Amino acid sequence: MVSDVSLVAGRGEVTALLGANGAGKTTTIECAQGLQKRTGGTISLLGEDPGNAGADLRSRVGVMLQDGGLPPSARPLPLLRHIAGMYRNPRPLDELVQRLGIDAFSRTTVRRLSGGQKQRLALAAALIGNPEVLFLDEPSAGLDPQSRQLVFGLISELRNSGMGIILTTHLMDDAQRLADYVYIIDAGRNVAEGTVAQLLQHRPDMTRKDHIRTLHFEALPGLDFAGVLPAEVEIRETRAGSYSATGVLTPEDLAALTAWWAAHGVMPGSMSMEARTLEDVFLDISGREVR
Amino acid sequence: MTTVTGSAPAPLLRRIVLQGQYEAMTMLRNGEQLILAIVLPLLALVGLTVTPLLDGLGDSRINVAVPGILALCAMSTAFTGQGISTGFDRRYGVLRFLSTTPLGRTGLIAGKIIAVLAVLFLQVLIVAGIALMLGWRPDPAGWLPGMGMLILGAAAFTALGLLVAGTVRPEATLAITNLLWILLGALGGIVIPAPRLPGPAQDAVHFLPSGALGQGLRDAFLHGAVDGAAVLILLLWLVVAGAAAIRWFKWN
Repeated sequence: MVSDVSLVAGRGEVTALLGANGAGKTTTIECAQGLQKRTGGTISLLGEDPGNAGADLRSRVGVMLQDGGLPPSARPLPLLRHIAGMYRNPRPLDELVQRLGIDAFSRTTVRRLSGGQKQRLALAAALIGNPEVLFLDEPSAGLDPQSRQLVFGLISELRNSGMGIILTTHLMDDAQRLADYVYIIDAGRNVAEGTVAQLLQHRPDMTRKDHIRTLHFEALPGLDFAGVLPAEVEIRETRAGSYSATGVLTPEDLAALTAWWAAHGVMPGSMSMEARTLEDVFLDISGREVR
Repeated sequence: MTTVTGSAPAPLLRRIVLQGQYEAMTMLRNGEQLILAIVLPLLALVGLTVTPLLDGLGDSRINVAVPGILALCAMSTAFTGQGISTGFDRRYGVLRFLSTTPLGRTGLIAGKIIAVLAVLFLQVLIVAGIALMLGWRPDPAGWLPGMGMLILGAAAFTALGLLVAGTVRPEATLAITNLLWILLGALGGIVIPAPRLPGPAQDAVHFLPSGALGQGLRDAFLHGAVDGAAVLILLLWLVVAGAAAIRWFKWN
């Protein structure tokens, strides 16, 4: 159930609704699409109430559903041609088909397509009418890395051409790569919002000292690092021989750690450091328990 | 990509006709649907003309049999075929997706009605054509009321099909509409007139859409008459099933 979600999505922007499964993302955008009747609150889509959208409003809005919504017995090209017929001035079909690589499977029935092919076809179906607003429910589900690259590139391009794009995802990486503005939804309410940088509390300058970072390294199992690093830095052995230290790490902390290694004759097999990810932000906000 | 400016829907009529065409072609490409729509009715026609079951109800076996077979065609397409395809479209989210396009929910339903009528028209053409070659001699005055009854019957069965498809799982829709097709086909007064049915069924079938449609078509093609009671019963089914479908149809 969605009880307290308030959001604004603008033209020429990708707005992401980020949340765990069952957080209320799909319910929220289905109300915005007019697919579900809302029991309260207000929604304005291109200045109109989507609850009683007419054909004019529907022609300006493209929708890609989570389950695709494509008939299994249909073939991609005739299906797209059919949907294009519902619009007065649809996008050129050939270009869309080529761009999304649909020409490679244009005569295969939908039921025999791979997950990524289905997603690309569903995206084409959502775009064929040349919408001003595009809703994408979990657009990267089932996409292989090549398709993902293709789809993400197209989404960015459409955003740059002025389309307003609203997408839901439970993948932090999607939001981090695509979104201009992110709303984190948890248990039917939005709990945090901002640009990706704001949510990460990042400044443009990646080398600033006040960033939360995680240092990973692999060494002998069972080492005791008590007292080596300040108390604010959490150091854990995530599995035997794999350690991670998370916090506002300073150069002094790194020096202390490497000095301890030197003193104890420890040479890590590998080490890496990364800035805080959206996933960390998300887990901090909505908790780490599996629901 | 090319920048196209201005999004606008195609005109309403064009959207509905396109959808009707698309759905009709989908139905005609489906092998199981064709068996149900054409092959089984033709087999029933042959069965009724080579057995003495209908003897004494009219001037020839085939004259009594054909109107019921046409009624069976309407039930195949409007109820079973259309019900099953709608049920699975609902499962796969097709109805939800199409309702977000300019077609919308009303366009979807209008498209289904056009598809049912188009397929029914082809069925009548084939079945009546073969029947005429086999010696069917309908009352010429029966064509107009006959076609009217057929359309009314198709409408009632479409409403019933949508009601089933919109309220239960598609597998259940498949089972229910196929089972009812067999039961109503054999015992519902559609191809076998009430007087030839077992005792308790004789009176009951007049109130069923199958019995009303079968009898209405027999009155039309055997006597050139309009069966007012059958019209009333079919209208009642149409209104009740239609209202129930509007009330309880679940789009997802």
